[in-house]
Amino acid sequence: MTERVKVWSVHLGVLALVFAAQYVLPPYHATNLARIMVLAVFAMGYNIAFGYTGLLSLGHALFFAAGFYGMGLPIGLLDWAPIPALILGLIAGGVLAGLVGVLALRTAGVSFMIVTLMFAQAGYLTLLYLNTWTGGDEGFVVDRAARVIAGHDLSLDGTRYVAAFGLFAAAMIACLWLVRSPFGRVMVAMRENEERSRMLGYNPFRIKLIALVLSGIYAGAAGAAYGLLFGYVGASFATIQYSILPMLYVLLGGAGTVLGPFLGAVLMFYLVDITSGYTDAYLFVVGAALVGLVLFAPRGILGNLRERFAPWLP
Amino acid sequence: MAAVIEAQGLTRHFGGLRAVDGVDFRLEQGEIHGLIGPNGAGKTTFVSLLSGRTTAQSGRILLNGEDITHLPAYTRVRRGIAYTFQITSVYPRLTVFDNIALAAQSRGAADLAPRVRAVLHRVGLDRDERTLAGALSYGHQRLLELGMGLALEPLVLILDEPTQGLAAGEIAGFSALIRSLVPKMTILLIEHNMDVVMELADRITVLAAGQVLAVGTSDEIRRNRAVQDAYLGVDHAVG
Repeated sequence: MTERVKVWSVHLGVLALVFAAQYVLPPYHATNLARIMVLAVFAMGYNIAFGYTGLLSLGHALFFAAGFYGMGLPIGLLDWAPIPALILGLIAGGVLAGLVGVLALRTAGVSFMIVTLMFAQAGYLTLLYLNTWTGGDEGFVVDRAARVIAGHDLSLDGTRYVAAFGLFAAAMIACLWLVRSPFGRVMVAMRENEERSRMLGYNPFRIKLIALVLSGIYAGAAGAAYGLLFGYVGASFATIQYSILPMLYVLLGGAGTVLGPFLGAVLMFYLVDITSGYTDAYLFVVGAALVGLVLFAPRGILGNLRERFAPWLP
Repeated sequence: MAAVIEAQGLTRHFGGLRAVDGVDFRLEQGEIHGLIGPNGAGKTTFVSLLSGRTTAQSGRILLNGEDITHLPAYTRVRRGIAYTFQITSVYPRLTVFDNIALAAQSRGAADLAPRVRAVLHRVGLDRDERTLAGALSYGHQRLLELGMGLALEPLVLILDEPTQGLAAGEIAGFSALIRSLVPKMTILLIEHNMDVVMELADRITVLAAGQVLAVGTSDEIRRNRAVQDAYLGVDHAVG
């Protein structure tokens, strides 16, 4: 079996399993999985910046929220149809990432982390300040009538699952294609050794900016889809928590692996779900799990797997 | 002969240190040009100015007659100035293939795999295509580094101490490889190993204290009194 066949069969196999899961899972878990798939798209975007290009951002909540509001405001205020609104949400994520990138990419490392965090906080406060339109803390509900695409009501469990799956599958295939492309190789080169890459004729600023914009498009698409599928837009999605979540998913599943963000999202989601059933201190359990992870398996689950058994895993 | 690279009055000071101090320099098309000088003579700073890793404070650099003094390093690489690092600088966690591919695709992504394999063959790393670069022996990493330079298909290849740390047997192979690159490419060779420089270089420039001390063929340089003084100390020359 050639490497190409192996890679595609593993990833398409995972997609087939996830699609089939809706016929097996009870409704509660099917809804969870729809949510997880959308969050995984967000994490895949984070992974493009962090896992592949080495850009440790703490500001991705801004691009995620850009998706929510880029989709929600035109629907709420201008009665847009869902598809154009979704596309606008995706574009909003990319544009904001580009704007932040142009400024923040003058820095690197810890400074980059802090600058992106500051931009995201500024974005969050702006959403609160403009509460006449954004609904501030409370946010707003996306009208159920606006959540119908060609007769398919996205507020129904079955439709929602299929819609979430469609986005997830498209995002994963695009990501797989990207990281196996020549450009994907250059992204990794930036992560591994920026100075060497410069001396191979690559403009680090340009490469990192493109990666960040792609990352922002993923985050925007995920935010717009989340708002549309679950019918709510709010400033809480712009808080620091939503910058850290995708990082945790990526670290847990394996930074720089295509399937890692999804695996991390599933595990982290259920870790919170299960522990919160036993104790209010579920964040303590999450924290302990992460400390253990960073200490003993810093490459994440799939990163370790790749190192030991499957060097071909993208 | 035409100059591929010409430097005029190139200057770079670090505080009070005159690392490169008004250097005029011509690199002729198709030659192997040695750059030697005692430690701290400014060799690495000088080639850093040519490749754009360091910016010049004054003076001009021309590439085939075109002023490139203010171009960033990555643009100079694309215009044809390749630099291989003194301290081996490969991507240790990527495969040998990916290391070369990163250099090769900088010239365009068409026919990437065959181009990469041609370079691997040339530097003798055909069998290590799938090996992680970090797992290669030091000598092979030097070859990989050289391969990355070749894959850029440059006009000028700047080799910063390429034979440093290599065994005698490896040096012979390395020298033969470098000689096979001219006259298609032009080579600027910084080297501490005098035997290698004297054997390979068509012309040699000697730097001392940031200035050009002498330029000439290996015989001329060997006989040059000022060079002997700089290398062996004035006392020795007088005594």
